[in-house]
Amino acid sequence: MRNVPDFLRPNKRNAWLAFVALGLLLLVLPFATDALLGRGWVRIVDFALLYIMLALGLNIVVGYAGLLDLGYVAFFAVGAYTYALLGSPQFGLHLPFWIVLPIGATLACIFGALLGAPTLKLRGDYLAIVTLGFGEIIRIFLNNLNAPLNITNGPQGISQIDAIRVAEFSLGRSQELFGITLPSVHLHYYLFLALTLLVIFISLRLQDSRIGRAWMAIREDEVAASAMGINTRNIKLLAFAMGATFGGVAGGLFAGFQGFVSPESFSLMESIMILCMVVLGGMGNIGGVVLGGVLLVVLPEALRNGAGPVQQVLFGKTLIDPESLRMLLFGVALIVVMLWRPAGLWPSSQRQRELEAHDGEAQQEQDTVYDASR
Amino acid sequence: MEILLQQIINGLVQGSVYALVALGYTMVYGILGLINFAHGEVVMVGAMVALAVIKVLLATALSPVLVLLLSLLAAVGVCMALGYGIERVAYRPLRHAPRLAPLITAIGVSIVLQTLAMIIWGREYHAFPQLLPNASHSIGGAVINEVQIAIVLVAVLMMAGLLLLVHRTRLGRAMRAVAENPSAAALMGVNINGVISTTFMLGSALAAVAGLMVSANYGIVHYYMGFMLGLKAFTAAVLGGIGNLRGAMLGGVMLGLIESLGAGYSGALTGGMFGSNYQDVFAFIVLIAVLIFRPSGLLGERVAERA
Repeated sequence: MRNVPDFLRPNKRNAWLAFVALGLLLLVLPFATDALLGRGWVRIVDFALLYIMLALGLNIVVGYAGLLDLGYVAFFAVGAYTYALLGSPQFGLHLPFWIVLPIGATLACIFGALLGAPTLKLRGDYLAIVTLGFGEIIRIFLNNLNAPLNITNGPQGISQIDAIRVAEFSLGRSQELFGITLPSVHLHYYLFLALTLLVIFISLRLQDSRIGRAWMAIREDEVAASAMGINTRNIKLLAFAMGATFGGVAGGLFAGFQGFVSPESFSLMESIMILCMVVLGGMGNIGGVVLGGVLLVVLPEALRNGAGPVQQVLFGKTLIDPESLRMLLFGVALIVVMLWRPAGLWPSSQRQRELEAHDGEAQQEQDTVYDASR
Repeated sequence: MEILLQQIINGLVQGSVYALVALGYTMVYGILGLINFAHGEVVMVGAMVALAVIKVLLATALSPVLVLLLSLLAAVGVCMALGYGIERVAYRPLRHAPRLAPLITAIGVSIVLQTLAMIIWGREYHAFPQLLPNASHSIGGAVINEVQIAIVLVAVLMMAGLLLLVHRTRLGRAMRAVAENPSAAALMGVNINGVISTTFMLGSALAAVAGLMVSANYGIVHYYMGFMLGLKAFTAAVLGGIGNLRGAMLGGVMLGLIESLGAGYSGALTGGMFGSNYQDVFAFIVLIAVLIFRPSGLLGERVAERA
């Protein structure tokens, strides 16, 4: 449990204090954000939580099992479209959220297993490129399945998706709870927060389980792992299916939150974005992945909102439109962070040790980096 | 029958472009064992630079052939510099880092190049001027124009030149040695960094030529054009057996043919259910099928378990 953030370490003295403080912070976060930065930012925080869920799902595949998946967003799409098709005027179906979400998750899981079964004997870059192709195939189908039979409504996407609701309690409008008025975004925040914490908990438990150790063994040396009696194919398949399930859940939440899905939301760029969260933050380390998710959602938004005014002040006019600047800085950030810390901002301590032990040359080059973080 | 012939011609032309770009991927992969994710953007930069030079030179009274040649030279020059730069910035510092790190920097370079192109040249589609008379010829009912003939010819010439370079020259021998075993090559006195830089520059030069070809063929240049092209070309490289030059050429041409035949006939075969708008799917289905049944590619010798 060395790489668990302090506040999650179960039997540490005074840990509960930090825990309570963090819990309070998370509870008041939407209200504080709303008051300080405006309602739009609460939405961004909600999205950050969604992306953290996605990144944690991908972390199982990439971080734990070491399988590079560049088509992860396909599972997100499966979850989102399942919810969109079963809970919108598209087919006139309005199944309740808590029934559709497991269906979406199961479907995503099946897709994960379907993709994994034939491809898992491949390794490294080959697997990356096959998953990338799979992601694109799903997107192209979503884009084109509107003729001759209209299933996905093509590039226009599906709108007017039902809000997330449990019995008569809908998250789509403001609700009065204990005398506090909670707007829709706040309600979604608490739901997403609860699910994110659940995903973190599952990830933590998986990491220290038999399965988790098997994944890491495969990541480090597949031949050795298989010699130790691990059924590598099944265990890898399990990683794929489990990661896909998380993706499917996040997709369902996304569709319900956004009220609209279109193939555009599931481009390769999204897959890359999620992968960047995992790698930038620190593969295999839950804290790192959460950090990566927060950074990559919040920083670009801050840039988008801040870049215009700053340029006004500096140059007297807007030279580069904020959206382009956002992408530019995002690209530069990826390069700089990787050059500066190849193992991520907050690397898993275990991987760090392995790097030092096995790669003498790399270690010499990176001594300063690791000394600083120790 | 005319349709079949037409699709084969289209496939050959498109396939030649794929092959040229695929060579860039396969050379880098052969030497470093890495996917150069930014390679597609190099193609785009080549096309953009060529277009910019043509626009400037068209105002002067130079002959169109000279304009085309100068723009090609400029594109090749800029792309070679870019290839060198990409290697220095994104790959060399990370040669011993965890495997995913250079992949992420390459993605970063790709995003930066794309965004820069968008800032400099805008989001709109640019028309690529037609410099030379482009007469169409009819072969058995199918049409091929002179630009397309030129594309296939130039592609064949460049590939022949590259094969000669790799198999008959000192530099080529050094490249093969580094691909085989970098440390042994270094002990034999090969300047590894120099060879790797040269490889990147060669691949980028081919990409620049390919960029000019695509734009001349379709008459359109766009900041986003490199992405899908790069993806397809990588598919072609894998199809032929990555790391293998002849494989990249074969894979490129085959992918072009499969795509154009697939797009031409899938609509009729599936009763209109899956039309030509599924063209991109064929490439990936082929890719997945190849990797499952013959992971080393058509001409590859190495096995897939080489992660």
